[in-house]
Amino acid sequence: MAIEINPVPSVQLSKVADSEKHGENSPYFAGWKAYDEDPYNEMTNPSGVIQMGLAENQVSFDMLEDYLEKHPEASIWGKGAPGFKENALFQDYHGLLSFRKAMASFMEQIRGGRARFDPERVVLTAGATAANELLTFILADPGDALLVPTPYYPGFDRDLRWRTGVRIVPIHCNSSNNFQITPQALEAAYENAESMNLRVRGVLITNPSNPLGATVQRAVLEEILGFVTRKNIHLISDEIYSGSVFSSSEFVSVAEILESRDYKECERVHIVYSLSKDLGLPGFRVGTIYSYNDKVVTTARRMSSFTLISSQTQHLLASMLSNKEFTSRYIETNRARLKKRYDMIIQGLKRAGIKCLRGNAGLFCWMNLSPLLQKPDREGELDLWKTMLHELKLNISPGSSCHCSEPGWFRVCFANMSEQTLEVALARIHNYMDQRKR
Amino acid sequence: MANVNMSSGRKALLSKLATNDGHAENSPYFDGWKAYERNPFDASRNPDGVIQMGLAENQLCFDLIQEWLINNPQASICTAEGVDMFKDTAIFQDYHGLPEFRNAVAKFMGQVRRGVGKFNPDRIVMSGGATGAHELISFCLADRGDAILVPTPYYPGFDRDLCWRTGAQLLPVVCDSSNGFKVTREALEAAYIEAKEANIRVRALLITNPSNPLGTVLDRKTLRDIVSFINEKNIHLICDEIYSATVFGSQPSFISISEIIEEDQEICNHDLIHIIYSLSKDLGFPGFRVGIVYSYNDKVVECARKMSSFGLVSSQTQHLISSLLSDDEFVEKFLSESAKRLENRHQTFTDGLAQVGIRCLQSNAGLFVWMDLSHLLREKSFLAETDLWRIIINEVKLNVSPGSSFHCSEPGWFRVCIANMDEPTVEIALKRIRAFVVKGENAVVAPAKKKQCWQSQNTKLRLSFSFRKMDDLMMMSPHSPIPQSPLVQART
Repeated sequence: MAIEINPVPSVQLSKVADSEKHGENSPYFAGWKAYDEDPYNEMTNPSGVIQMGLAENQVSFDMLEDYLEKHPEASIWGKGAPGFKENALFQDYHGLLSFRKAMASFMEQIRGGRARFDPERVVLTAGATAANELLTFILADPGDALLVPTPYYPGFDRDLRWRTGVRIVPIHCNSSNNFQITPQALEAAYENAESMNLRVRGVLITNPSNPLGATVQRAVLEEILGFVTRKNIHLISDEIYSGSVFSSSEFVSVAEILESRDYKECERVHIVYSLSKDLGLPGFRVGTIYSYNDKVVTTARRMSSFTLISSQTQHLLASMLSNKEFTSRYIETNRARLKKRYDMIIQGLKRAGIKCLRGNAGLFCWMNLSPLLQKPDREGELDLWKTMLHELKLNISPGSSCHCSEPGWFRVCFANMSEQTLEVALARIHNYMDQRKR
Repeated sequence: MANVNMSSGRKALLSKLATNDGHAENSPYFDGWKAYERNPFDASRNPDGVIQMGLAENQLCFDLIQEWLINNPQASICTAEGVDMFKDTAIFQDYHGLPEFRNAVAKFMGQVRRGVGKFNPDRIVMSGGATGAHELISFCLADRGDAILVPTPYYPGFDRDLCWRTGAQLLPVVCDSSNGFKVTREALEAAYIEAKEANIRVRALLITNPSNPLGTVLDRKTLRDIVSFINEKNIHLICDEIYSATVFGSQPSFISISEIIEEDQEICNHDLIHIIYSLSKDLGFPGFRVGIVYSYNDKVVECARKMSSFGLVSSQTQHLISSLLSDDEFVEKFLSESAKRLENRHQTFTDGLAQVGIRCLQSNAGLFVWMDLSHLLREKSFLAETDLWRIIINEVKLNVSPGSSFHCSEPGWFRVCIANMDEPTVEIALKRIRAFVVKGENAVVAPAKKKQCWQSQNTKLRLSFSFRKMDDLMMMSPHSPIPQSPLVQART
């Protein structure tokens, strides 16, 4: 008798689950793999891969640790843990008022007091990843488009598009003017979207920019504000690196411009922030949306139910960030240390004959290796990237992963390692460039 | 503070999602909150205030936790003993989660199930509370417009969690008191066929075990019927086991879906089985936002993990939880003590109700009881249930949740939370209920029926409350009792 084999019917998942929009199949993840398999360690693995693809800020932890040692009240342990129960039960999506106040005040300090922030407009999310997705859900319908200047943070492909069904249409920027956003580029992007029958709902800029490591100039911000007003669309300003500007006076937040105009047309503006970069706490998942639009604040707050910040973490940071003496000292010291790192890497690269975009912020520099390309295209760039990864053992990020329209640019992180490690990395680059000359 | 000028110019529109009611805060379920927040009970400062019995929180065992904390300062990365771990923890944002966290949670889930079934730490995926977990699994399993079947009565938050941003819809599997609200094969089939006839694609069935609001555990036969149903239809089964450690007493014991599929490997395709969990109820930590998706489907684990980027658990909290749950001795003591206290609380309350002729559905789990007040309705309708509910809130001063807010098919049932208060408060609540029932017995009985029904002392209370849409500015957290002052006065 024949044995009937019943095939197990295949189990279907959703279209979202099957899509590739999570972005993890991009070639540049091979860099992570190489690092994971052979990570550099000063003592145990000095010839390993140095991680320069991770925009982390590790230069200022000592200040945070020092604060904790002096301020036991930052912990919910306390004497006899009396605050623990209330804290563990607190799940209100408004968030701890003390934390919202501390966050608003911290954002003000970062902007040198040039803009005021109302704690009632601070909406909390578990990281900027969640904040950007959440805002997209609120401002755009599936199939709509957001305009984003290139080059941009690769994570946006997932954060803005994956579960929302929203499209990204690039605003092309290039090196002829240091990758600044021009009115022509804005218009071109808008028309491009229209020609694809996409409804544009907003512009999303990152200021200071990732991966450029540079602030957006005031005139450009004003241009963008004028553009979104004319088109009656939204502006999202991701200011996650605002505390990492080397010199406070060089950063202009969209918040300052709005305040100077008495908040005219402000309802279309929303700011995203997080403590992952400025304080170096990505593990704590602390993101925030600051919107000048009441309806957006209400809706965002409701949606934040899916991604609230742990009350334990809110308590810790409320304590830390309400201490203005501490925060102003931290901001100043952090800036100075980042600038020092930046100068170090720029000088080191210069000595090796490599130029970078003039930057003034962030945890990375935007390096120009286009003169080294075998072929002046994406393939040539990826080949060069593989050389960097496998020969020099440096995991850096190729511009193509950031949707840069010009091949040959690379983002190189410098704040997630010790100075010694940075020296090692620079030495490897130097040697490579020397060898090339011969 | 920031003076925002409302520009008279055109305003950029928001998405459909932002302007629809999918957030579900217009459900009447939230109206009881208003009454509580305007006039909250406090034993010393406001003894006549409204007692919150609409919040399923577990506050019975914080003393045990606090004792553990004092003895384990290294579990905090802020204390002198723990600050060495601060930097490594603060940097850690890997969506796999701290290995010790996953191990501890997997072990805990096994312990809660009395060692029946092992949990694999590699299948543990984090999410922003169970709220985030439900949304996440819905994104993974259903497309826009698809349906997820859910037995009634069910937790009102599901409407938002599974549908709001995902575009999926919930379809009820109707259960009723004729069999203690058990899920039957007939009810499942009926719901499935109805969907089919309406051309709606069903992707999953969602069950909550132990049940909210019933407080009952599902028996083996029901679970097996459910599993063979979903297997036959090739649809997913989402099992919300968030109340798994709130089961007390020896019988009936909690049977997890993990037990069903492990004791009978052939019963279904394991790729269809997914568990949702959280520490909010079992441990009493809703503020820490520790949600878990545990799937037997490798592709779902992979996808869910990537999606968890949108709602990871704070590494600071992961560190605390791994420390806490790795302490086997503490966990055993906690689980057994917690069950005991829940049992006592349940007993006290149901005995107190029984004394005045109020029955509850027989249950031995959850943080609430499912109370039957149908005999007090002036007529068998939801309007009458609402009227009765308004009286309970405004005159008896107890915020309980009416069955209609749980999509119950029969009027007269109420969920009453009992684990979020101390003993004296429970006594006061029982006293108020006793007084209310006695008053009703002494009041004029409605002429048409000999049924007991409650009427106001002075006049026949005609409450014409209609479920008005809540104003947008009524920013009320569906989870929390922390007030945001309501801008509209409730009508009594």
